[in-house]
Amino acid sequence: MAKLVFTPNIQRHVECPETEAAGGSVREVLDSAFTSNPQARSYVLDDQAALRRHMTIFVDGRSIRDRVRLSDPVAASSTVYVFQALSGG
Amino acid sequence: MNDTILVSTRKGLFWVARKNGGWDIDRTDFLGDNVSLTLTDPRSGRHFVALDHGHFGVKMHRSTPEGWEEIAAPAYPPKPEGVEENDMWGRPLAWSTARIWALQAGGTDEPGVIWCGTLPGGLFRSTDHGDSWEMIRPLWDHPKRKQWMGGGADLPGIHSILVDPRDSRRVWIAVSTGGIWFTEDAGASWTQRGEGMRAEYVAPELTHDPIAQDVHCLAQCPAAPHRMWVQHHNGIFVSSDEGKTFNEIIEVEPSTFGFPVVVHPQDPDTAWFVPETKDEKRIPRDGRLVVTRTRDGGKTFDILTKGLPQRHAYDVVYRHALTLDGTGDRLAFGSTTGGLWVSENQGNHWSNITSTLPPIYAVRFV
Repeated sequence: MAKLVFTPNIQRHVECPETEAAGGSVREVLDSAFTSNPQARSYVLDDQAALRRHMTIFVDGRSIRDRVRLSDPVAASSTVYVFQALSGG
Repeated sequence: MNDTILVSTRKGLFWVARKNGGWDIDRTDFLGDNVSLTLTDPRSGRHFVALDHGHFGVKMHRSTPEGWEEIAAPAYPPKPEGVEENDMWGRPLAWSTARIWALQAGGTDEPGVIWCGTLPGGLFRSTDHGDSWEMIRPLWDHPKRKQWMGGGADLPGIHSILVDPRDSRRVWIAVSTGGIWFTEDAGASWTQRGEGMRAEYVAPELTHDPIAQDVHCLAQCPAAPHRMWVQHHNGIFVSSDEGKTFNEIIEVEPSTFGFPVVVHPQDPDTAWFVPETKDEKRIPRDGRLVVTRTRDGGKTFDILTKGLPQRHAYDVVYRHALTLDGTGDRLAFGSTTGGLWVSENQGNHWSNITSTLPPIYAVRFV
């Protein structure tokens, strides 16, 4: 399972501990994590389940390309970081 | 009299209370967070707070005896595949709550009902005290909704919601920009209101089109719901027929430009405004912060200055930042530069509570 790490800034609003989550894409990994932590979903995704405008996600150090469908692949050995973008602060 | 004021600011929620004859900050919540609006439900006594966390989106919290709890925020339905809709700038319109801009309790006969207006133009209704929200699709799907435009923000937004005290199914909303809309079946169908308003900022063919009107704030007298007041982008308008038609009030000193309007709860002829110089100069005229008040339906206005700064004041008062209590005697307002004032006598004299708050978005008596 992939390792999933959330920005420290989100912790003030909703607890999002580092976790391991199953899935072959960013979407599947996030869905897996949000199943056990549903409150966190709307902090990361917008009403259409796309990545929020001023959030960013890295998979193994690379920024994801598909911010709408979140189809970027994730390997079992991957680390997924959910960060704030520096824009929009 | 209401002895507590909730002040929503760019950096937190401030409770201001009246004690020993004076007002002071009594409590703070959500410090550091962007609090855009509050609602105190007069039927349940519960407080609702709208937050805008920027990166993390718009959130809603509700008071409990133990403290605040996060509840559902209004969320737009899935955008159907193939539906393409652009905003006025040609960019794809995101079906996603960009801001909560109006919160209004339903009628006394529907205790769990709360209305919520948002950017980019969605109206929502909860029937369970905010546990869940349903978008009012007949309004969102109305073909004319796509003619709404940005005004106070890049996106259109619903900032005023009025529930008829005689019949809770009858609701008026106002849109910046999109004019006034009315339902008499709790949102199942909608009609445009607001003939008689005038827009200076559009092509001449659209000047009198009700949908082109940038209503900054719509207010209604609870004891005489036929009377409505509008603070508009280029003037003040008053209606005596539930918003069907409006007459313009002209030549009000120092200006007819501003954002908020409040109406006396018993006297439909008495209303208050906080003028700025003009659209393209959004500061008090000559650096003098004043409140204007009419007691005769707009024939004449008093310029209220006692207790307000009369030199080098550059306070702007947003549409939700002027309020009055149920007696109609006590008023309060807050400004973009963090000033907060209260009056115990309909604005004849104002007391400054603080001048050092963060930018103030909304002021509400509890």
